[in-house]
Amino acid sequence: MADLSAVRADGLVKDFGDFRAVDGIDLHVRQGEIFGVLGPNGAGKTTTLRMLATLLPIDGGHAEIFGVDVRREPHRIRQLVGVTGQYASVDEDLTARENLWLFARLQGLTSTRAKSIAGDLLERFGLQEAADRPLSQFSGGMRRRLDLASSLITHPPLIFLDEPTTGLDPRTRGQMWDTIRELVTDGSTILLTTQYLDEADQLADRVAVIDRGRKVAEDTPDALKTQVGESTLQLSLVDGSDTALAAGVVRRLLGEDPVLTPESGRMNVPLPDPNRAADVLIGLREAGLGISSVSVAKPTLDEVFLALTGHGADDEPQMEAAR
Amino acid sequence: MTTTITTTPTVPTPRRIDPAAAVARTTSHSSLRETWTETMAMAWRALKKMRRKPEQFFDVLIQPLLFTAMFAFIFGGAISGSVADYLPVLIPGILAQTALTVCMATGVQLREDMDKGVFDRFKSLPIARIAPLAGPMIADLIRYGIASVLTLVTGLAIGYRPGGGVLGCIGGVLLTVFAGWSLAWIFTWLGTMARSAQSVQGISMMIMFPLTFLSNAFVPAETLPGWLEAFVKVNPVSHVVSAVRDLFNHGAVTAEVGWAVVGCAVVVAVFAPLAVRSYSRKM
Ligand SMILES: Nc1ncnc2c1ncn2[C@@H]1O[C@H](COP(=O)(O)OP(=O)(O)OP(=O)(O)O)[C@@H](O)[C@H]1O
Ligand SMILES: [Mg+2]
Repeated sequence: MADLSAVRADGLVKDFGDFRAVDGIDLHVRQGEIFGVLGPNGAGKTTTLRMLATLLPIDGGHAEIFGVDVRREPHRIRQLVGVTGQYASVDEDLTARENLWLFARLQGLTSTRAKSIAGDLLERFGLQEAADRPLSQFSGGMRRRLDLASSLITHPPLIFLDEPTTGLDPRTRGQMWDTIRELVTDGSTILLTTQYLDEADQLADRVAVIDRGRKVAEDTPDALKTQVGESTLQLSLVDGSDTALAAGVVRRLLGEDPVLTPESGRMNVPLPDPNRAADVLIGLREAGLGISSVSVAKPTLDEVFLALTGHGADDEPQMEAAR
Repeated sequence: MTTTITTTPTVPTPRRIDPAAAVARTTSHSSLRETWTETMAMAWRALKKMRRKPEQFFDVLIQPLLFTAMFAFIFGGAISGSVADYLPVLIPGILAQTALTVCMATGVQLREDMDKGVFDRFKSLPIARIAPLAGPMIADLIRYGIASVLTLVTGLAIGYRPGGGVLGCIGGVLLTVFAGWSLAWIFTWLGTMARSAQSVQGISMMIMFPLTFLSNAFVPAETLPGWLEAFVKVNPVSHVVSAVRDLFNHGAVTAEVGWAVVGCAVVVAVFAPLAVRSYSRKM
């Protein structure tokens, strides 16, 4: 049992009516790693996670968690997975302490044990002061923390986190990252979804990029980033018709094509090394091509997408059938 | 907020999680004992919510008071000759009607509740699928209890003198509570099926009105046209009402009491599994 995968999903499919939200996704998550599922809105991240968490029926394909069949043994799966959904699933009419106590009781802990675990978790997640206040007075960040705490009551070996930091401010986000890292040192495996490459980069050992229900890439965050360059030089030309010329200059200097963005005269140049930015700028001036703006940026999800799929992450997928 | 997440490990010996051991510990379904604990935990939740939202009790407080007095004085003379003569017929009828109103609220509230985010967590936890349905229904026993006692007390206040004595009254109230709880499974099933709380409300009304008014709750069945009398006689509510009348007015455990209990048991046996199935499928 030593080399058992935490998650082994092959060809997962989910149809909502005529609309195929998940279209044959394979995910193999190893024990003890943080695995990131990266994708834009509507890519099918939540749907995939919900199928694996037995919250949605699986329409096609096969999934196992620690060797247990998800479709055939949902009750066992629910004992192995702690789920933190995209929207906090806690009871708004109870206090934080009551929420944790209830979830602990539901998982078979005695009342005393449930009380002490609730106390520990409230302390660990910095919620002691607010513990007995109604949840309606909680901020988004506090709610998320309570939601995560609720998933950890029985120390599940696998934890699903659906966009754990979307909507959090930068400081709270950093705290959430620390908490997630701690969970792995306790021996848990984590499957998380995110819309941000930098989050995947910070946390994940491996990342699957999904788009419109399909997996378009799977790799380490570093490898994904090098596909689009360590950082990117974003250029705007004064004259859009110079684009082809400028692309030629970049190709000659770096041996690689720039990624053209939909706006006329704009391009993103992947840089193996930020210092090469100067070479490109000098090259363009020597060729007599005017630049209206320039900046160097770390690669974003959008660029990974453009590089992997040929379309941007913001293009809404066509969903005639779904809506 | 000034709180921060403590990043220093609070547990001195970090507990290593062993997946293989965790898999070995899993069970394929909740045992009966676990199901009971889970149901009681859900009942606790429902009670907490009741205490925080006392306006939920509006129907069980107002309806018995208002309807008992109103019906007694409006129909008493017409149906039984006098208010005092009508009360032995009316009080058990009002009891049944109030219990059904509470049942209806059970379905509507379940539907509302199921649309909330916390139900995602209940579904993702290894708990028996019947617990989230049965828990609130156990808490509702309190509502049936309050409604029954209040109706009886209102009756006593306007001159009802039950011939069955204290024991008969206790028996009648218990039977009403049991019948309400059983019939609530029908509305719980509706709650798991319907798309919105509003549609549950609408459908429930359509079921509740014929069940109460096409029964012997307010008028003796013999006064009705033949075809209507036939329906009234098979209506389970009629049997419950007759049984409660026997208990209240004569302190007698008659065959009607037996039929009422059997009828209720059949309703539970049919609708509880239907409700659980429809709830499990809705995920
Ligand atoms: N219950 C549903 N019925 C119909 N369509 C649905 C349903 N749930 C999701 N979808 C559709 O399936 C697609 C994938 O949705 P999903 O929620 O999995 O995306 P996501 O990657 O989690 O996006 P986001 O980043 O916005 O959370 C979307 O196009 C969505 O509209
Ligand atoms: Mg989502």
